[in-house]
Amino acid sequence: MLDIFMEYYPLFLSGLGVTVFVTLISCSLGTVLGTFLALGKIYGNKFVSAVVRIIISIIRGTPLLVQLFIIYYGLPSWGINLDPITAAIISFIINSGVYQAEYLRGSIQSISGSQLKAAQSIGMTKWQGIRHIILPQAFRRVIPSWTNEFIYMIKYSSLAYVIGARELMTEGKLIASRNYQFFDVYLVVALIYLIVIIFFVAIFNRIEKKVAIP
Amino acid sequence: MPTKHLLKIEDLHHSFGEEEVLKGISFSLDKGETKVIVGPSGTGKSTILNNIIRLVPPKKGKIYLEDIEITSAKKINEIRQQIGFVFQDFGLFNHLTAKGNIMIGLTKVKKMNKKEAEELAMLELDRVGLKEYANSYPSQLSGGQKQRVGIARALAMQPKLILFDEPTSSLDPELTGEVLKVMRNLAEEGMTMLVVTHEMGFARSVADELIFMEAGNIVEQGNPEKLFTDPDHQRTREFLFQLTDLYGAGEN
Repeated sequence: MLDIFMEYYPLFLSGLGVTVFVTLISCSLGTVLGTFLALGKIYGNKFVSAVVRIIISIIRGTPLLVQLFIIYYGLPSWGINLDPITAAIISFIINSGVYQAEYLRGSIQSISGSQLKAAQSIGMTKWQGIRHIILPQAFRRVIPSWTNEFIYMIKYSSLAYVIGARELMTEGKLIASRNYQFFDVYLVVALIYLIVIIFFVAIFNRIEKKVAIP
Repeated sequence: MPTKHLLKIEDLHHSFGEEEVLKGISFSLDKGETKVIVGPSGTGKSTILNNIIRLVPPKKGKIYLEDIEITSAKKINEIRQQIGFVFQDFGLFNHLTAKGNIMIGLTKVKKMNKKEAEELAMLELDRVGLKEYANSYPSQLSGGQKQRVGIARALAMQPKLILFDEPTSSLDPELTGEVLKVMRNLAEEGMTMLVVTHEMGFARSVADELIFMEAGNIVEQGNPEKLFTDPDHQRTREFLFQLTDLYGAGEN
């Protein structure tokens, strides 16, 4: 197994690089999208809140793979051609954003309404109160769910293999089809995912502890 | 309509659904005065305070801060900066230290720079006797300390008056004294205060005027000594007697 890794490590590592890159971009931009969606759903007017609800139910109600295919194979018929990695990132941002919106919504709603009242009592606008008082607390509470989402995203990013993005899974498949050592190659791939996930979980747990409110 | 009073409330009405909780309240508050509102629970006392800064917008009536009609003022945030509010449940921001709780209004609302804000925050913490707790988080403070931070936060905004909404009702009895003492000092320093409380000792010795409310109406208002010893209404006597009995008339 080690010999397989040693023989093909440039390929494994470049695949891993793509996997981590796609995951980091998708998760962080997903957080931005998720924040807007959650705020729109909770504090938006009827129209905004309804639109967000519809978006969330469509994205959550359809498979990620179908979304990926629509963006990669479907959009060209509208004249939009994306390379595999860009297509993967876009579909992952949308998908992750929607899930993160729901995590954040729960987190925001778990914070007492009196916090916003107190913010307004010292002259903050509602949006100032949300930004400076509610969100800093909500983000802290959402870190465990966010860690989970990140773990999913590292693994789900392997779906990008089906549209030919050269991430870790794709590289594994290419190596295996060259040397026919399917068992060992995929075992190496699995181990790499495992190690990377353990690494990131450790980082997020540290962050969680560091920013915890006494 | 201009007015010489600092705060003037005219024919204030409020209802929650079908239930009318305020049925036409009028009174005024002059600079440097402390008025205390007492009355049974559910009488609408807290609603008045919430109506004043429009955390709960009033249904009918007018409220003036000096000569500005705040019930219809567009920029309510600017009005709120001028009226401090002390909450029954403290309302401290849980993710900020005692100092941070005071600074955030100064930096984000008053746009003060960080250094100035920090100096003022320390000054106000010192005023309520909590200088050494500047870096403690709300969860690390006792109820009485939390409420003193709440008062310091209101003071730091340099308001024209402060509204106190049952400031000691969430506290253990042995912790009410430290909060009342701070409030007493403020009254003596000439802060204008409107206080909803059940602390009869405080009401009797600090208030310039006592307002007794029941079922959405002001039953009687006047000099606290008179209300306690020789009220015009039987109901006032019964209530104040009962409360003094429950909470004591002591100074604590």
